[in-house]
Amino acid sequence: MIANYGFGDGSGDWYVTIDTDKCNGCGKCPEVCPARILEVGPDEIDLFRKEPVAFVKQEERKKIKYSCAPCRPGYGAEPAPCVGICEPKAITHSEGWKLQFGSR
Amino acid sequence: MAEEVKTQEFWRWPETHWVNPDIDWEKGELITAGVDVGSVSTQAVIMVDGEFFAYGNTRTGSDSPNSARKGMGFALEKTDMKIEHMDYCIGTGYGRVNVPMAQQSITEISCHARGANFMYGPEVRTVMDMGGQDCKAIQVDDRGKVLNFMMNDKCAAGTGRGMEVFADLIRVPVWEIGTRSFKIQKEPPMISSTCVVFAKSEVVGLLESGMPENDIMAAYCSAMAHRIMELLNRLGVKEKFVITGGIAKNEGVVKRLEKELGIKTGERVWNKKEYMDRGYPFDTQLAGAMGAALFGNALLKMGKAKSARKA
Repeated sequence: MIANYGFGDGSGDWYVTIDTDKCNGCGKCPEVCPARILEVGPDEIDLFRKEPVAFVKQEERKKIKYSCAPCRPGYGAEPAPCVGICEPKAITHSEGWKLQFGSR
Repeated sequence: MAEEVKTQEFWRWPETHWVNPDIDWEKGELITAGVDVGSVSTQAVIMVDGEFFAYGNTRTGSDSPNSARKGMGFALEKTDMKIEHMDYCIGTGYGRVNVPMAQQSITEISCHARGANFMYGPEVRTVMDMGGQDCKAIQVDDRGKVLNFMMNDKCAAGTGRGMEVFADLIRVPVWEIGTRSFKIQKEPPMISSTCVVFAKSEVVGLLESGMPENDIMAAYCSAMAHRIMELLNRLGVKEKFVITGGIAKNEGVVKRLEKELGIKTGERVWNKKEYMDRGYPFDTQLAGAMGAALFGNALLKMGKAKSARKA
């Protein structure tokens, strides 16, 4: 399952996408995320999945544009900490950051 | 003493409930219920052995527990079933954690996917839920499992609540907007703002400029369709494509969306032939609660949940 957490508004797309088929629930991404928006736990969408999965915390989903800003693509370190640490390459960021702020 | 004048509430849609006359619930083995407490409406669906038994569709009040109780009471009103007779109840929607009779809560994304699969059939690949204050686009497989989803709950533009505000502003009952938006000479340009508040002030401006009411409705419906298009464009649309939720009842938005997408939406009919033959009511708002009740049935059968029946 491809889970898109975040929102789209007048200023662009602000999504953190997690491919749960690739995610192995290793739990490294919540540790490196400076804004602590990620969490690993039981899959709340796919009830029949047994392994834990990474997801964006419920209360953070409407604030992604701001909490993810320091590491946004084209601005922060390349790749972003969560994307870099993920071995199965399950996490991607939408291009909203690049479109609005351009590259550094 | 000033005289009080009762005015019509144009946004108020009719609340409905129904009981299946073909099912004797006392003979049923597994009675499961799903309560979908949304931001605007609350639905309760009761299923007996995975068959549609009863539903209630009401307006959400100021607190979730009471709305859930009201919805469930409304569904049970014409039966002698009690909450104690139920094996399992699942809460979903915005207020899912606050449903007092529920043993478990499941996100509305899973429930809408499952419900649409049951209502429209396993051919459904894309579900667009247009709820009271959010819209979600979901891609599903033939078993109703979520493959990809995108939700926009940050902003209420292009949702049911926006349509209610608009109905109240132009003083036309909300269920008439769809049909009346086609009684026009020429398709007007759409309302340029998607935000409910900005769109409202734009509509006031149009009303003052003397634009006919029906044209304004058409302009608002196409703005709404366009807004939903943006979400669908990001996710991609595959046939069979269906719309659930309250806005699905507004043909003004649905037909304009079909035109813009170039894809027909799946007909708003039951997938099950016997449901069609017996004329069971089809309410697009029920998908979430229906999915929750089906999940209850599946979880009990798989032994992942224990029956909570008391009587």
